[in-house]
Amino acid sequence: MKNWFVSFFTSSIGRKLLMALTGIFLILFLVVHLVGNLQLLHNDGGVAFNVYADFMGNNPLIQFVSKGNFFFILLHAVLGLFLWSKNKSARGSVGYAVTKTRATQTNPTMAKYMWAYGIVILAFLIIHLVQFWAMAHYGEIGYGIELVNIEGKDVRNLYAVVAETFTNLGFVVFYVVSMFVIALHLWHGFQSAFQTFGLSHPKYTPIIKFVGAAYSVLVPLGYAVIPIVFFLRNA
Amino acid sequence: MELNGNVPSGPIAEKWTKYKSSMPLVSPDNKRRLDIIVVGSGLAGAAAASSLGELGYNVKCFTFHDSPRRAHSIAAQGGINAAKNYKNDGDSVYRLFYDTIKGGDYRAREANVHRLAEVSVDIIDQCVAQGVPFAREYGGMLDNRSFGGTQVQRTFYARGQTGQQLLIGAYQSLSRQISLGKVTMYNRHEMLDVVLVDGKARGIITRNLVNGKLERHAAHAVVLATGGYGNVFYLSTNAMMCNVTAAWRAVRRGAYMANPCYTQIHPTCIPQYGDYQSKLTLMSESLRNDGRVWVPKKMEDAKAIREGKKKGVDIPEADRDYYLERRYPAFGNLVPRDIASRAAKVVCDQGLGIVPTGLGVYLDFADAIQKYGKSKAHSMNLENPSAKQVWELGQKVVEEKYGNLFEMYEKITGEDPYTNPMKIYPAVHYTMGGLWVDYNLQTNIPGLFALGECNFSDHGANRLGASALMQGLADGYFVIPYTIGTFLANEIRTPKFDTNSQAFVDAENDVRSRLNGFITNGGKQSAESFHRRLGKIMWEYCGMARNAEGLTKARKMIQALKEEFYADLYVPGTADEFNPELEKATRVADFLELGELMCIDALQREESCGGHFREEHQTEEGEALRDDVGMAYVSAWGWKDTSLEPELNKEPLVYENIKVAARSYK
Amino acid sequence: MKLNLKIWRQKNAKDNGRFENHQVVANEHMSFLEMLDVLNETLISSQKEPVAFEHDCREGICGTCSLVINGQPHGPQNGTTTCQLHMRHFKDGETIVIEPYRAKAFPVMKDLVVDRSAFDRIIQAGGFVSVDAGQAQDGNAVPIGKEIASKAFDAAACIGCGACVAACPNASAMLFVSAKVSHLALLPQGQVEAKKRAQNMVHQMDEEGFGMCSNVTACEAECPKGISVENIARLNREYIGASFTANK
Repeated sequence: MKNWFVSFFTSSIGRKLLMALTGIFLILFLVVHLVGNLQLLHNDGGVAFNVYADFMGNNPLIQFVSKGNFFFILLHAVLGLFLWSKNKSARGSVGYAVTKTRATQTNPTMAKYMWAYGIVILAFLIIHLVQFWAMAHYGEIGYGIELVNIEGKDVRNLYAVVAETFTNLGFVVFYVVSMFVIALHLWHGFQSAFQTFGLSHPKYTPIIKFVGAAYSVLVPLGYAVIPIVFFLRNA
Repeated sequence: MELNGNVPSGPIAEKWTKYKSSMPLVSPDNKRRLDIIVVGSGLAGAAAASSLGELGYNVKCFTFHDSPRRAHSIAAQGGINAAKNYKNDGDSVYRLFYDTIKGGDYRAREANVHRLAEVSVDIIDQCVAQGVPFAREYGGMLDNRSFGGTQVQRTFYARGQTGQQLLIGAYQSLSRQISLGKVTMYNRHEMLDVVLVDGKARGIITRNLVNGKLERHAAHAVVLATGGYGNVFYLSTNAMMCNVTAAWRAVRRGAYMANPCYTQIHPTCIPQYGDYQSKLTLMSESLRNDGRVWVPKKMEDAKAIREGKKKGVDIPEADRDYYLERRYPAFGNLVPRDIASRAAKVVCDQGLGIVPTGLGVYLDFADAIQKYGKSKAHSMNLENPSAKQVWELGQKVVEEKYGNLFEMYEKITGEDPYTNPMKIYPAVHYTMGGLWVDYNLQTNIPGLFALGECNFSDHGANRLGASALMQGLADGYFVIPYTIGTFLANEIRTPKFDTNSQAFVDAENDVRSRLNGFITNGGKQSAESFHRRLGKIMWEYCGMARNAEGLTKARKMIQALKEEFYADLYVPGTADEFNPELEKATRVADFLELGELMCIDALQREESCGGHFREEHQTEEGEALRDDVGMAYVSAWGWKDTSLEPELNKEPLVYENIKVAARSYK
Repeated sequence: MKLNLKIWRQKNAKDNGRFENHQVVANEHMSFLEMLDVLNETLISSQKEPVAFEHDCREGICGTCSLVINGQPHGPQNGTTTCQLHMRHFKDGETIVIEPYRAKAFPVMKDLVVDRSAFDRIIQAGGFVSVDAGQAQDGNAVPIGKEIASKAFDAAACIGCGACVAACPNASAMLFVSAKVSHLALLPQGQVEAKKRAQNMVHQMDEEGFGMCSNVTACEAECPKGISVENIARLNREYIGASFTANK
């Protein structure tokens, strides 16, 4: 007899619950991250953003949450890929010659290809982290990142890194496209999480769907604006 | 030979109670040592298998379906009767008993029917406890509706899918016993023979439909719950796989087939539309609660409609003949099924039919929509509602009541029944005849029991609506668990049977050679084509109206068809694989013999009663004319050797409680 | 009307199977299965093996018929089983691809016939109320609100055909299991065993090798009885609740 906890989290619904819980955490994270990133749009030579980045990088609580965040991203990704492979094998050794997927509550294409969007997002994340997060934390001063003095304190000039990156049209396009993929992923993921929690009600589900739709358009849009603004400023 | 129904003595209302408390019992410990085979997993079979499992017997249950939940009980739409009197409208066990006997045209065994009425109330309780979602009123109490042939509201229902919900309840009970190990379920196994040891039924031979393997199964008793044989007509409302084989194999081993000619033709089915058609679809009888049946009064109108020049709605009120209301003012559109069906045949024979084949009448909801619309408008305090408002409100009410049926009609015919009256025509639906059983539901072969539609016991010559579900569940949940004990109490010392004994080996060899015969027959025609031809003969000569000349002719035709079948049948594939054509061939072979017996029985029964209408026996007004002096008996036919004439055994029908009278619904 | 059929043929469970092309002359009033009957009659008359497909009641209630027609379980019509699908929904000269349901838990047995006994085992795991014949109290002893009874009915209307599994990109059986769990969980009679039922049925479902629900709702779109995915949310609720509150 398996331990109930193990048995729950290895059941199909338990695993889906983990996906939903981590997904919701990441959804919350995206908002916090966006609020911070919007500091980049202050036309102040990066003061606001660099202060913010410095605070985030050194606050122990934030750092603790950020470790959790990485763990959840990893869990969401690994579990997602695992479920995808399991689901794929549930079809059996022979698939359909013709498929025509219709759906009632979602866009079937978005819902069907969550795994594909997830893989693109994972690739994006790796590049994104190497470009900015690694630079912010571990980049050697003078090799791609400089110090800047703000109000008597030396902080890493992450703003300059961002500004530099987005002079490259290739990166701008890459970031914007990635945000579009994130939007697709969120479009289904947001409301799907609530369904997995078992929250479905004729009164509230439409609200959840509306908020989810608004969220998955506005948040990625907010992110996508940044590289575009930087590129335009530069041009 | 005169048969004895083994009806216990005493006043009718006390027979069952007294019998139950004085019958021999099998102790719990002994039950564990006794094996029972149940063939069939519909309402009767699943209910029997699960209740016998609950009692502690070792049960093996067989179905040819891929799952016990597919049995054709699932298709029953309208409801299930019970003498609960929840409506406070004067219902009682006695009244249900009386209505059923009268509805059956005084050709059923009184004691069985009274028992059925008694246990009907327990069935509802049992089903509710299982989680059957019956229709409820706003206060949370069970809802009822009325059904043909009665003047009280005693029909419990779950939208238009009552049979489905009851079957799922029984299937879930059965599943529970399977999970507890008390019932072993054999899906995709078809019974092809009964095995008798020393004159008692001790087992069956089955064919595993997946790999064709023949298997021998032994038990202390065998219960058949294998449904009716309406498919002998090829086109019927039965499911495609419904067949007589299990029951017929029992007949060929010596069991009696009782009243095979009593066939119920259901009045409200969608008319036939083409030769390729594989089945007919029933529209629930509950529709007659609100629908009015009519045909045009004028021949030229009917002709114009048939030719597509006019529509039903174009015929003015004065030119319509609401023939049921005209002929039977007391019951109107709610007369029993046999009467409604025959009345439809009469008007169509006069040339007033309204579909291209001439075989169809209208079932019209326009008045119901008006009536409900007005009362709804009134309850909403709408003053002077427009005609459109009334129609829309009424349409909603009708949709709420019959939405799924209307939808089904539209799917099949492509016509909207809210705006155009439905077109209906009678079709074969149920067979009141079946294996002869005594009060214990035991056939004349000791240890062989028959339940549900498979037996003949409760419906006489005509079954009332919403009574089939009642009988199936009554037999399975509340009768067989008791009565089987009367046989098994004497078997507690009988050891388990060896399936290698000669009787089993012989039976298996019989089956094998029969199957190989079909496979190696080497003819040209498919089993299906023979079935279709048999159906045509049956419908033409042994259908809604029969006469001596036709029946004699039909018998000869069937004999010739049977000969051709064995000379020119082609079955593709082999016997040791999944082979639906082989299955069909075995079933059609048995239908051919049954069909012949039905004609023999219909010819022998010189009267008109219920589903059996002999043209020679009718009143001047065209009503059925029974012969209560000469024909008040059950005809139980033995036909072990079909090369000889069948042997007629009679069980006299004695009415001690109900005065036999001409049935009148006027 | 003339139709080109591309039909999956497979001798038995071990055979690899392949598509076979057939022509058939049908008429628009036929049901889809009657069209296949016509094809089989032609095959038999030329001494060829007919196509095996499952069917029984032919009025959309027994759940025996299946088939994936042009990529859709039970074909293109909404709320319709294959037996209720009429040829008037197809065009003359059209090519129709007919495949069996595809799921690891529904292995193909022959041609278009699959083994759906996994559903039976899920019910056996707990899809019942443990009440013996004779134990019940009066049917009106516990009032059940009209709306609740009606909701329970909506869930219980499932015909167990397996179209949800066939339609689901993940071959998940969540709609079926959730309908079964919901039917009983909604009624007071089913409350007593609700927790155990949800746990056992979900575990059996997982054991059978069905995929996991990712809320695509293709199941609801293809369900011939219009069973709502609201039931899936309820099953999630029931299962999660049961796992954290039951003693076991």
